[in-house]
Amino acid sequence: MNRTYELMFIVRPDMADEDLEKLIANLESTVTSAAGTVKTVERMGKRRLAYMVRKFREGVYILLTIEGAGAVIHEVERRLRVTEPVIKFLTVRIDEEQKRLEKIKKLRDAKKKVSAQPAVVPDEAPAAAAETPATA
Amino acid sequence: MTEETKAPATERPSGEGHRSDGPRSDGPRFGGDRPRFGGGGGGRSGPGGPPREGGRKFFRRKKVCKFCTEKIADINYKDYRLLGQFVAESGKIVPRRLTGVCSPHQHRLATAIKQARNIALLPFAGRAS
Repeated sequence: MNRTYELMFIVRPDMADEDLEKLIANLESTVTSAAGTVKTVERMGKRRLAYMVRKFREGVYILLTIEGAGAVIHEVERRLRVTEPVIKFLTVRIDEEQKRLEKIKKLRDAKKKVSAQPAVVPDEAPAAAAETPATA
Repeated sequence: MTEETKAPATERPSGEGHRSDGPRSDGPRFGGDRPRFGGGGGGRSGPGGPPREGGRKFFRRKKVCKFCTEKIADINYKDYRLLGQFVAESGKIVPRRLTGVCSPHQHRLATAIKQARNIALLPFAGRAS
């Protein structure tokens, strides 16, 4: 049962870049060893926190998209909990939401196509009409 | 209105014993003033304009759901700028009777705001410092 999850976590701001890369690589290997796949890694950079977390006012945000079963998330979250520089994390399941969005998009595209096809013909006519006075 | 005001004025001399008229009993002068008020009241149909104007003053535009009109299908916890529009200064989620957001969207909005709070994108209380 494969599902898509979004895992956002915050690491302390005073962490070195190499350590951060190492941490991310570690997490990726954890995911792959638990029969999951890391789809994307997005470093959102340093950002001011909305409230103090472990006496930090800012943190480095990182967003992972992971595909796999629930056991993968269980393992990764356990890892994050014991990793000292990670001050906060949040996992959200997004596959159902994605499905819903695709459905909406499809519906909208279908509607657009119906309305776009007749709109093309009158669009060209005024354009041509506009061109002729310009040339004349 | 005018008939009622006249009635106590005529009854007043005979009706001194009435307790309800007691306060009015010492007011022959007020009786003189009363017609003016009554006149004001009678003229109310003419100056009926002011209250109606007041009604116009408080006319409210019909609120529409931002997510429906702008066709924002995805209400995501990462989009804290969008969510921030629906969070009061105190950090509270603004009720939809004030924002005009429709029920299904408010539901998603609330979930997204709560997720954003959890990951320190939005404050639980007070302004994001």
